[in-house]
Amino acid sequence: MIQIRFHGRGGQGSVVASNILAAAAFLEEKWVQSFPFFGVERRGAPVTAYTKIDDKPIWDRSEITEPDYVIVLDASLVAVVDVTHGLKENGMVLLNSESKPEDIELGDGFRIATVDATEVAVAHGLGSKSAPIVNSAILGAFSKASGEVDIKSLEASILKMAPAKHKENAAAALEAYEKVQF
Amino acid sequence: MPMDVMTGNSAQAYGAKLARAEVVAAYPITPQTTVVEKLADLVASGEMKSQYIKVESEHSAMAACIAASATGARAYTATAAHGLALMHEMLIWAAGSRLPIVMGNINRAMAPPWSVWADYQDSIAERDTGWMQFYCQNNQEVLDTVIQAYKVAENHDILLPAMVMEDAFYLSHTFEPVDVPPQKDVDDFLPPYDPPIKLDVDNPVGLWALVPPDHYMEFRFKIAKAMEDSRKVIQEVDEEWEKKFGRSHGGLVERYRMEDADAAIIAAGTMSSTARVAVDNMRDKGKKVGLARLRVFRPFPYEEIRQIAKEVDSIGVLDRSYTFGHGGAFYTETAGALYQAPERPHVKNYVIGIGGRDIPPKEIEGILEKVLSKEDGGEVEWWGLRTSGSREVN
Repeated sequence: MIQIRFHGRGGQGSVVASNILAAAAFLEEKWVQSFPFFGVERRGAPVTAYTKIDDKPIWDRSEITEPDYVIVLDASLVAVVDVTHGLKENGMVLLNSESKPEDIELGDGFRIATVDATEVAVAHGLGSKSAPIVNSAILGAFSKASGEVDIKSLEASILKMAPAKHKENAAAALEAYEKVQF
Repeated sequence: MPMDVMTGNSAQAYGAKLARAEVVAAYPITPQTTVVEKLADLVASGEMKSQYIKVESEHSAMAACIAASATGARAYTATAAHGLALMHEMLIWAAGSRLPIVMGNINRAMAPPWSVWADYQDSIAERDTGWMQFYCQNNQEVLDTVIQAYKVAENHDILLPAMVMEDAFYLSHTFEPVDVPPQKDVDDFLPPYDPPIKLDVDNPVGLWALVPPDHYMEFRFKIAKAMEDSRKVIQEVDEEWEKKFGRSHGGLVERYRMEDADAAIIAAGTMSSTARVAVDNMRDKGKKVGLARLRVFRPFPYEEIRQIAKEVDSIGVLDRSYTFGHGGAFYTETAGALYQAPERPHVKNYVIGIGGRDIPPKEIEGILEKVLSKEDGGEVEWWGLRTSGSREVN
């Protein structure tokens, strides 16, 4: 089973991202489960969401404590949330950041990928510079950096499930797919 | 058949749509809100032909469902926690009127302190209202059970309302694959409601009369009898569902790896889904443990429980609610059923996951170890309290 944990802030689309990723993997005939960490999601507050992907039905409904991947939609969260908590040996952190992976200091024993999802999102008219909606961009980056889900499946899920601006969200995912560094 | 990924709340709404519920009256409450949002969308878009009645409270929602059902319409509503508590009077009214209303209840902890997370105090507190209670472990079961529940409820030997439970967030807000059966197949399975008696201006009848002591008792006995008879109907309807749609949800009690088990846990809802993983992990270590999932709590499946007691030496009953004064309800009912059983194994109550506290497989494995050892003293244990580890209340 592949387990992915999302860290974001309320309003950035972390929960929707976890659902779109599950739907994309489902298109690839996987069994999936995605759910928010049962917080009362307020705008700006730290939000956690989970996606599980497997070749067989997923019976375990507990929270993800040992993720294979951690996706951080807002780099400022690193200062307030232990985003790498429980991350598996040689797992991967994907960070929304202008920095290069080698300039990120989060610890040892796992891989780091970065993408400037904020810039991509704003360029496609998704939210504003101060409140960008980066979920589609970060998912595109995840597809390339992890290889766990095909960008075409993601694109199809975004076009189906994005709450608004379907084409812009799909375009942001494709651009971030090309730009992610790892 | 088309499969899609959806939340438990969407599955609940599609269940009502496929059942062709003719009247929906509901009031939004977290974490049920997306059930009624989905239904409102389906009705507004014309996808679902139903009378959607906006009401000012849950008490009124159930009153509207009662009135609709009394005229012979198939009625549906959904609620959670405080909404269910506010309906209490009307729940008894619905069952006493023998109206086959189906309601989704998204199990949520009662305040204070405020909580929106999974806990069964809301529905356990309505145990004695005369409603059948189904507890689901995945979104597929939610959709299927809404339809099954109408078939059971509308059976002329039963005519009792039914609640279809989902754990807050663990199902209500969780996306997972759900097979949505074709409308035609559901129509074949569930014909239109054919009420034996109904309010009809062309053929007037009187309902809800004052009944003196020399008849009231018989009315209550008939509810008791219908609830007893519902066991067989629930089983048959689930079997018929399996024949038509290729999946069973276990009737009243679903057994998992119970073959040659020495010890078993009894659990309901999503914790029993996670418990499968715990049982698998224990079996991998050669420990003979199994799981009995309480799918139906009303009527209480005492015969199935007594059968399990014949097979194992030790039972742990897991409760996600507590009946202040003595034990969780699943435990006290299990222990009560076992008193009349020829074999009475070691039985202990574990109170766990209260207020939505997460239940990872390793916690259930810890309980299974203790159940298997039979050396676990006490009768009721609150599992994993923060204060000083586990503590017993008696």
